[in-house]
Amino acid sequence: MNTIRIIPRLDVKGPNLVKGIHLEGLRVLGKPEKFARYYYENGADELIYMDVVASLYGKNSLVDIVERTSKEIFIPLTVGGGLRTIDDIRNVLRAGADKVSLNTAAINNPDLIKEASRKYGSSTILISIEAIKKPDGTYEAYTDNGRERTGVDALRWAQQTAELGAGEVMVTSINQEGTGKGFDLELTKKISESVPIPVIACGGAGTTDHVADVVEKGKADAVSIASILHYNFIRHSKLEDDFSDEGNIEFLTKEKMGFSKIQDTSLNKIKKTLIQKGINCRYSKEEMIHG
Amino acid sequence: MAKLAESPRVAIVDHGLGNLFSVRHACNKVGLDAEITFSKKDILHSDAVILPGVGAFGDAMQSLRKLDLVETLQETALTKPFIGICLGMQLLMSESCEFEKHLGLGIIPGSVLHFGSPVEQDGSGAQLKVPQIGWNSIYKAENSDTVLWQDTALDGLSNNEFMYFVHSFYVRPEDPEVILSYTKYGNIEFCSSLKFRNIFACQFHPERSGTQGLKIYKNLLSFFTS
Repeated sequence: MNTIRIIPRLDVKGPNLVKGIHLEGLRVLGKPEKFARYYYENGADELIYMDVVASLYGKNSLVDIVERTSKEIFIPLTVGGGLRTIDDIRNVLRAGADKVSLNTAAINNPDLIKEASRKYGSSTILISIEAIKKPDGTYEAYTDNGRERTGVDALRWAQQTAELGAGEVMVTSINQEGTGKGFDLELTKKISESVPIPVIACGGAGTTDHVADVVEKGKADAVSIASILHYNFIRHSKLEDDFSDEGNIEFLTKEKMGFSKIQDTSLNKIKKTLIQKGINCRYSKEEMIHG
Repeated sequence: MAKLAESPRVAIVDHGLGNLFSVRHACNKVGLDAEITFSKKDILHSDAVILPGVGAFGDAMQSLRKLDLVETLQETALTKPFIGICLGMQLLMSESCEFEKHLGLGIIPGSVLHFGSPVEQDGSGAQLKVPQIGWNSIYKAENSDTVLWQDTALDGLSNNEFMYFVHSFYVRPEDPEVILSYTKYGNIEFCSSLKFRNIFACQFHPERSGTQGLKIYKNLLSFFTS
């Protein structure tokens, strides 16, 4: 029985977990390791760490966080953000990542996909595609967290990455990202049906039904989720972390509130919804009863 | 931590492919002393050997030959606790049909097949994404009357336990008696773990399969401590 994966995505800026809307307007949410551990203990199928500002500076500052996390968390960990070269990839793998996510560097130099997948195995190389819908209905791939246009057609790029040896594709709709309005089903479906490799849908989950929709209608093989899990965890945890000077933590100290469109939910509730709709996923029997 | 020096020493064979660090972290987590190494001496002097790996069969065999580790592994696989994980499981077989025919370590008679192999698809037309990436359940092979996986590396796991898989190929041992568990991917049923003499091999990644996966590492530890 093959299963649909639910993958919490942790966007990291410096030492903090952040979350933006449309990949901008970052808010500080807390220490990423704490969130990672909580999700691991509560049924996450994998985790993604994304260094959201690394592309600007051209380096990855995640290595320390990855190292601490991978010693305690025994599910697959994907790391991305600002990885440019084979050396960069090697560094995060050595810190304990299982896979790397490439976007900007892969578009600038598609041969990197070939080289990296040959060296570390296809399944280690995940290509992240951030797309914006154009007025003519096609999708254009963007880089640098949705800041730079590339002129590359997202669908053709997805096919090309699979041919070059990518093991998975993660599709983020920048239009939907962080809005809680649901995934871009059309984009996800188009890409999933045109590549032989698994597709992770990312960006837009606001309710558990959105997750089920992107699997049923969007044909996603895995779903990456941020806001609806983070806000739930924050609401149920005390503010014990020391926050660095960086970032906007105002919203955290004032009121622990998410967006109205974003449903307060947990991994357990998401999986329950999937199972009720006949979608296979990994679950523990005890959690299903007590959760 | 002083006690760690006395704990069993595991050699994690480094043939240049895949993430060996999660394997080491899993060993350390349960109290095994693990070293990532390609040194013949380290492997021969270890208490147990883990052969991990993701990536291409041909490249891995070529690398093992270059490191002059083929005979060392053939020898240790029959003399001490030995675990093959994912590609490491496949390398133990006689041969693989990846792109072209490649000879494996030849320790376990059998072959390595691709999910997309026309012989295996049985005309169902099921559209499976390859590689299989994700959690899938392992269930007991019907070849023995013993209590579920007792006294094997899977001791303590329940039937249909979820484990994490990443692969395009799977093994088919000549002797089905060695199979501990099967897993189904679409219409394809494959051997997801096996026991051959003192070898335990699995297609899934126990070090990425949460607390249930860690039980397999704990079972390796208790082999030495009980």
